[in-house]
Amino acid sequence: MTVSSDDKLAVEVTDLKRSFHGKLALNGIDLKIPRGTIQGLVGLNGAGKTTLIRHLIGSLKAEKGQVKVLGQNPAQDPESVLKQVGYMTEEDSLPKWMRVGELIDFCRVIYPTWDDSYAKELAEMFSLSRQTKLKGLSKGQRARAGLLVAIAHRPLLLVLDEPSSGLDPIARSDILEAVIRTISDDGRTVLFSSHLLDEVDRVCDHISLLHDGKILATLRPEDRDNQMQELTYQAALSWQPPIDTDRCFGWRRSGLEWSVVLVQRDDTSTPIFPEATLIERGPVSLQRWFEARVSRKSSISVHESVANGAS
Amino acid sequence: MQINIQSDGLPIYQQIANQIRYRIAARNLKPGDEVPSIRSLAESLRVNPNTVARAYRELETEGMLEKRRTKGTYVAEQDHQQSIRQRARQLEPHLDTLIMYAVQLGLSLDHVTEQLRERIEVLEKRRTKNKEDLA
Repeated sequence: MTVSSDDKLAVEVTDLKRSFHGKLALNGIDLKIPRGTIQGLVGLNGAGKTTLIRHLIGSLKAEKGQVKVLGQNPAQDPESVLKQVGYMTEEDSLPKWMRVGELIDFCRVIYPTWDDSYAKELAEMFSLSRQTKLKGLSKGQRARAGLLVAIAHRPLLLVLDEPSSGLDPIARSDILEAVIRTISDDGRTVLFSSHLLDEVDRVCDHISLLHDGKILATLRPEDRDNQMQELTYQAALSWQPPIDTDRCFGWRRSGLEWSVVLVQRDDTSTPIFPEATLIERGPVSLQRWFEARVSRKSSISVHESVANGAS
Repeated sequence: MQINIQSDGLPIYQQIANQIRYRIAARNLKPGDEVPSIRSLAESLRVNPNTVARAYRELETEGMLEKRRTKGTYVAEQDHQQSIRQRARQLEPHLDTLIMYAVQLGLSLDHVTEQLRERIEVLEKRRTKNKEDLA
């Protein structure tokens, strides 16, 4: 393996564009995932998350722009990239006619780095028996089988596309544990795409918000503690909030109270509005930021774009 | 260590730090006790290891925890821990909450201090009883 500057990056996507039937699905994506980190990907349905991920695993070729995974172009040489990647998706895509044991045997042939003892440990931990047909497993157990074959070759990059949707809390917890374990093993990297914002917030180093085929912002969970506040104002019924700015956006009304997300680095400059009284300051949850950011009208992002350590 | 993480409210690193502080204050963790490694606590809580590291860092700065050369992290001896003034400052936000509720309920300062004293007695009794039950 050659050593180069992008050895520090597990994934490097530059100005990636893609359209389906004349409609832009990805509109200039730039994404850098440093090795050894957990990258979260959030966004509404149809934002382009799965399309982006399919470029990373080589099942879609970049129309415009560049995709590099572990230093290689996955569309050019999918086999050599995929050997080092673990992939799990929401769709129940495992061959249901197989038995658990057959699935494991099949995968250990594909992946040169397959770790038999780790696979055995996972099977025991998940109570998966080799004899059971995948068809006969519950949805949660089938997801565990999918997780087993996604991580038992100790991939350098683990890609999870909505792995937890529709699963029970214990199965979801098993997936999260696998995510944490994967990066605890030095140098391994995880891309975690999910609608479950609490889970993303718990495990990720960086979170990128994908909207209309663009990455609107990337931030670290602690950036919200350090640089953002939710302000609540009280105002007369006729009051209208000002238009969104980069610093102050996502006005939401409840009766006579309005709340807004404020991006700031010190306490000196709380916005003051005549006829509106500040009544509360609080932390900004990922959910609140997500909603505010998606609804924000202006498109320039100054404050948040620096948060990605890969810049 | 059984730490509970709630998904709304305080940042997760603060929830972890607070629960360790509470254990140290309640003497469930004593000076010299080893706390779990960052990695194992992160795995059992299903949170990012950097979040646990951040909580530990904060507790180290406060002098509650100390890293040792043998690579573990331990509860610090009492005299390494912060000065009374530093510790008192940490109490301030909680006092603010207490004052807010007291004002809202229309309780006087004297009433609140009296209630505080009574409450400490109740908690002390409960602790002694727990110890006797265990013995």
